[in-house]
Amino acid sequence: MTWQSFLLALLGFGLLGPVVGCLLAGIDRKLTARLQNRVGPPLLQPYYDVRKLLAKDQVQVNRYQGFYVALALGFAIAAGVLFFAGGNFLLVAFIVTLSSLFFIVAAYSTRSPYAELGAEREIVQVMSYEPMVLLACVAFFIGSGSFNTIQVLTLDKPLVATLPLVFIGLVFILTIKLRKSPFDLSYSHHAHQELVKGISTEMSGRTLAMVEIMHWYETVLFLGWVALFLAWGSWLGAVVAVVGVLLVYFLEVLIDNTYARVKWQLMLKASWIVTFVCVLLNLFAYEWLSRLVSSLVTG
Amino acid sequence: MSSTIKSPWLIHYDASSCNGCDIEVLACLTPMYDVERFGIINTGNPKHADIFLVTGSVNERNISVVRQIYEQMLEPKVVIACGICACSGGIFKECYNTLGGVDVAIPVDVYAPGCAVRPEAIIDAVVCGLGVLEEKRAALAAGELPPAELPELPTAADKQLDGVSVRDAAAAELHAEIRDE
Repeated sequence: MTWQSFLLALLGFGLLGPVVGCLLAGIDRKLTARLQNRVGPPLLQPYYDVRKLLAKDQVQVNRYQGFYVALALGFAIAAGVLFFAGGNFLLVAFIVTLSSLFFIVAAYSTRSPYAELGAEREIVQVMSYEPMVLLACVAFFIGSGSFNTIQVLTLDKPLVATLPLVFIGLVFILTIKLRKSPFDLSYSHHAHQELVKGISTEMSGRTLAMVEIMHWYETVLFLGWVALFLAWGSWLGAVVAVVGVLLVYFLEVLIDNTYARVKWQLMLKASWIVTFVCVLLNLFAYEWLSRLVSSLVTG
Repeated sequence: MSSTIKSPWLIHYDASSCNGCDIEVLACLTPMYDVERFGIINTGNPKHADIFLVTGSVNERNISVVRQIYEQMLEPKVVIACGICACSGGIFKECYNTLGGVDVAIPVDVYAPGCAVRPEAIIDAVVCGLGVLEEKRAALAAGELPPAELPELPTAADKQLDGVSVRDAAAAELHAEIRDE
């Protein structure tokens, strides 16, 4: 990772990230409405929501919550910049986890029973998806020979060709990361009713606006992870990655609209089973095949 | 046009409604009426909401709840009384346990009468409330929005019927009957 690529990622992700994320959120709401046979809000509705939240009266439950949410937002941006600058994938995964931990601490700091319940559910969510995220990093290393995401440009075929099951596992936990049904336990958008409003119950005004902006950044970052497994070092690879990412996003919206929320036990079991079955099968098959190929070549 | 009126988030509270108006409020969210067209979301959290929809009349048990939800909402905020019971107490106005419409508990900005209130009337009231919301937002931005004042807490004994409390009127009637005999 050179300083030029870092600067480019800082400007590109820092400025374009929320724009793309906002548009994706708008498309999500429009698609959801169409799937339910409704007209739906305007495409820029998420932007209006955030503008409205910034114009609200600023009242904080305590002095710390806003600070923690700002840290969560900051680390989410940092992870994205590092990822798109071609940096270390493993470090990106750790920084994103740090961001979610600050979000959880923000909810806990209010001492509100509803926010605490949301925070506890968020912890279960982190436990559910974290093994898959780390194993996806490992699989990326095995497939490309490096933890640096820039390595994807040196490949002559996409990682999904050799690691299809790992890709499926990643898309499975993406539902949790993007806060979609059936795994939107701690907090969800749209008109779903909850125990008040889950993890964001005590957040309002500017703090809630920061949470929304953090979701925009996160959506772009997580779809970047998907793109990492679809792209390879050519222009065609970039086109395939963009089209693939949009298809995966559509799939997530479809799943969001066709499944009811599950209990946390089922989420934890399902995501761990999918993670370990997919990753272990795929990596063993990958090792075995590559040994077979090398033995054929040498023998 | 500011973003405030493009994204009004609602909180709906059933004070002591017969559920007729509540069903009509929820009907607004269905594909038939689809209030999300206007960016309206039913949040269920007073700290996220801009518009407070109340159905049903206010009584001794829920007046504190109505006031607390109102106080937890952040400015700019608007209150809409949905249905005739929320507007004035409706046919329950003179009941011993009913204090009256929502305006005995909190300041109301828009009244939407009806029994049950039609979804069209609710949407009309919300759109009408957006004008008030925008005024309050401008006042807040200019630092001129006065803090919301709650009406004084009424009691059953204070219930007024043409200037005389219900209890007084009943007592006077009884006295008159006794005197005539």
